[in-house]
Amino acid sequence: MSDRAVSVVRAGALTTVQDRGRPGHAHLGVPRSGALDAPAAALVNRLVGNPPDAAVLETTLNGCALRPRSDVTIAVGGAPCRVTVDGRPVAWGAPVRVRAGTLLDIGPAVSGVRTYVALAGGIIVEPVLGSRSTDLLSGLGPAPLTDGTVLPLGRELVPHARVDVAPQPAPPAELVLRVTLGPRDDWFTPDALRAFTSRIFLVSSASNRIGLRTEGPALERARSGELASEGMVLGAVQVPPAGRPVVFLADHPTTGGYPVIGVVRAADLAAAAQAVPGTPVRFVAVRRR
Amino acid sequence: MRVLPVGDDALLVELASGAEAEALHAELLRRRAAGLLHAREIVPAARTVLLDGLTDPGRLASELAASVVPPAPPREQAAVEIPIRYDGPDLAEVAAHWGVPEEEVARIHAATEFRVAFCGFAPGFAYLTGLPPRYDVPRRATPRTAVPAGSVALAGPYTGVYPRSSPGGWQLIGSTEAVLWDHARVPAALLSPGTRVRFVPVGPVGPVGPVGSVGTS
Repeated sequence: MSDRAVSVVRAGALTTVQDRGRPGHAHLGVPRSGALDAPAAALVNRLVGNPPDAAVLETTLNGCALRPRSDVTIAVGGAPCRVTVDGRPVAWGAPVRVRAGTLLDIGPAVSGVRTYVALAGGIIVEPVLGSRSTDLLSGLGPAPLTDGTVLPLGRELVPHARVDVAPQPAPPAELVLRVTLGPRDDWFTPDALRAFTSRIFLVSSASNRIGLRTEGPALERARSGELASEGMVLGAVQVPPAGRPVVFLADHPTTGGYPVIGVVRAADLAAAAQAVPGTPVRFVAVRRR
Repeated sequence: MRVLPVGDDALLVELASGAEAEALHAELLRRRAAGLLHAREIVPAARTVLLDGLTDPGRLASELAASVVPPAPPREQAAVEIPIRYDGPDLAEVAAHWGVPEEEVARIHAATEFRVAFCGFAPGFAYLTGLPPRYDVPRRATPRTAVPAGSVALAGPYTGVYPRSSPGGWQLIGSTEAVLWDHARVPAALLSPGTRVRFVPVGPVGPVGPVGSVGTS
């Protein structure tokens, strides 16, 4: 029990390996991918003494359980949850030393959607195009975890941070997304543009790592016809023919054929990743910086 | 040329034609290689080029609007040759659209020199142009739930090859053993924007059994 690895005892609904993703390959149809709540992933890495590009686990709604094969320092952040080792509660949002062979259980999110688990040394599965991120759209990177998976860990490099608890933002009760209009806002009627930036939408349960889907007023187009396929950025708000905006998240397609009414500020996307279905969403128009 | 801001650090440059988009893409790659342009992503598409991860999009927008784009330089490297069997289940439908026999679809397609206009949809999927506009075909009314990897297909002005099995609505005219995407290979993508491509027929022309009926995966 001295090898640097963890066994997955309970994979949970959807647990993936994530780092900062693989930017720079969009022209080949490769999404950026990476942790949806990037600040939370960066924080848990800092707490265990990992470099910012170390790979962590991203769980969805109901956590996961791991059995380390060697002593390891871990930190859990993002969506708050109960964390136990062999059934005994330990800290969330702070470094915790976990002994080899014990059961580390990351409980269901009390609020929010995605919990991040950093393990000192990082998860060192084989990188693809420079990243260890699981990309659900194109199937690049390691497959989502399944029970029994064994994940190799790197060597612990530096002592973990000396903190009792690190403050982290609470998941949003109402999601406010700052958005710059365009590049295809002229494809929509003035009424649709007003509705987009003044009405309340709700986070749809059909949301995933590809996009935050919304329910609410249908945005009417000012022109018909098809838009030729064009490049898509992270945070693009694409409006399919049914008229409900979709905010593109990390695994979004690199090109698309539906008009983009606006683009959400990158700084607001972490909150979008933590908004549970049913959360009210407001798109607030802001000027370009 | 129309330059549209996208969010805070990206620009979408809209051009009059696919050929102009291809020329601008080549010019932007040249500028980036020469250290004159800093962009994380340069993504060509049907009639646009997206520049993402820019430090000063405002200044670049004015520069682009004032610049004249030279025509894309001819590619030095030889065309990538893709072996193809013209055995797709939609060959007859495409032949009917074109108003020619199936063998003639294969002959016209194999005689065309294609270029990768852009990539997207999936890693390694390239949108190939080269067929004259009179050979445009519509997408299938009902997309297939599963198109086999290696399927060679037509839609609109484009030819494409499915890198892996996926749903798809393009008209399948053939199949290839070529590996379009292998992330263990350098480069991972067989085809990237600007690459010249030729299809080299192997075997007889004519469809094989049905593929991707509803319920298969």
